[in-house]
Amino acid sequence: MSGHLLEVEDLHVRFHTPTRLVEAVRGVSFTLGRERLGIVGESGSGKTMTGRSVLRLVRPPGEVTAKRMIFDGIDLLSLPERQMREIRGSRISMVMQDPKFSLNPVMRVGKQLTEAMRVHGGGSRASMKTRALKMLEAVQIRDPERVMRAYPHELSGGMGQRVMIAMMLVPDPDLLIADEPTSALDVTVQLEVLRIMDNLVRSRGMGLIFVSHDLELVATFCDRVLVMYAGRIVEEIEASRLAEAKHPYTQGLVDCLPKIAERRERLPTLKRDARWRDSSLADLTGEGA
Amino acid sequence: MKLSVEGLSVTFGHGAQSVHAVKDVSFQVPAESSFGLVGESGSGKSTVLRAICGLAPISAGRVSIDGQEMSGKRDRDFVRRVQMVFQDPYASLHPRHTIDRSLSEPLAIHGIGEQHERVERALVDVGLDVSFRFRYPHQLSGGQRQRVAVARALMLEPEILLLDEPTSALDASVQAEVLNLLVRLRREHKLTFVMVSHDLAVVNHMCERLLVMQHGAAVEELDRRALGDHQVEADYTRQLLKASEGYQR
Repeated sequence: MSGHLLEVEDLHVRFHTPTRLVEAVRGVSFTLGRERLGIVGESGSGKTMTGRSVLRLVRPPGEVTAKRMIFDGIDLLSLPERQMREIRGSRISMVMQDPKFSLNPVMRVGKQLTEAMRVHGGGSRASMKTRALKMLEAVQIRDPERVMRAYPHELSGGMGQRVMIAMMLVPDPDLLIADEPTSALDVTVQLEVLRIMDNLVRSRGMGLIFVSHDLELVATFCDRVLVMYAGRIVEEIEASRLAEAKHPYTQGLVDCLPKIAERRERLPTLKRDARWRDSSLADLTGEGA
Repeated sequence: MKLSVEGLSVTFGHGAQSVHAVKDVSFQVPAESSFGLVGESGSGKSTVLRAICGLAPISAGRVSIDGQEMSGKRDRDFVRRVQMVFQDPYASLHPRHTIDRSLSEPLAIHGIGEQHERVERALVDVGLDVSFRFRYPHQLSGGQRQRVAVARALMLEPEILLLDEPTSALDASVQAEVLNLLVRLRREHKLTFVMVSHDLAVVNHMCERLLVMQHGAAVEELDRRALGDHQVEADYTRQLLKASEGYQR
């Protein structure tokens, strides 16, 4: 056993459409320990599909292949669907972007929380309720009794997202995959939700994959960042050293954001280079060969 | 003053059910300048723009353009002077109209000739090739669509452009392109901008002055330099400023 929680090698996600073959992910490899790993890229870069493939949530006509995909010693590629379902949710959880579309609109929050528990172990009705209340407190919901009785539409976006996080944490997973977990939230609420996730990840020693388009946020929140472009990882970098990124795409992404501290008449724009699709970083910067 | 908003209040509904979306908001926008409204969802920033266009019920206060008060349904003359660009380029263009039809419709309504030349000029102006003319919105990327939306707003050669989160549905690199385009067009067409955004950095980049809003009310008006130097009075503005710097461990 290696010390990694998750190992992914040469991951491909392909979609066979009637007219052509779309390659959403083209040979992605990475490992994850008990850390916060950010995956950033623009829309269509394959970041979401990378996160989803780990949970085998890519639906046909999507096709996922990889040389290796090992989670805590378990080969996720060959695992029968029944056993995969046991891992999904209980050992690997996922938080999606928008609570409006991810919570059941016609079920009270309390019921949705206890349902998650019943699937993963269960217990008596009273003990499940106490646990659910505790989970809501853990995500800093001030009035958990009321929220338990509420329907999702009665909650604000920030509250809804906290409920989602609480629900994902019920089974105490080892790995949390968060796909744009705060993009639908206001900036100030966003930071509160991140703070909660951060504390939970630290106190429980979870691994976190944080998929986001927001480079600034990832740079300040994660330990390590994978930058994706056209389905490949073009650069891997320590989050705190993003400003020293070598790949022109990463540099471009950092540069093109307006900054309050610095007044620029024109924002630098990305000049996409056809070579970014397939060349390695070493080839591009001339450090290789 | 090109655009002046004084004591503006907007109330939806009646009696106990009523919602005060905007409460006593005032600001002045000189000609050819750019003014920003910043706030989080529910702060009333978009409602202010809609009230300027007569799309939201004004319950108190006034909106005037060049000193002339606007009231009731806006007339043709108004739309020739004031145009709006919306947030979501996927929703704001008619999916079954070609770009040509979307762009020439305002010309047809206002009886303006030389449609062919004007449409082509508008496309070139926003950095699109004339070959885009007979395409449909679904054949365009988000950034290209937003360029078309900007071109459409400029067809009637307005003086004031109201921008409601024009880049928040776009990727960062595309956002930079569209912001650069807007800066250039403002200079070339001598436009007055009112821009709404939740992103403090974007508003700061685009606007000389800005108004921070929260829960329908104005929190603080300040200029770009004050923001850059962190010379802010209100706690809420400071909070937004801090949030714009990312996550602090």
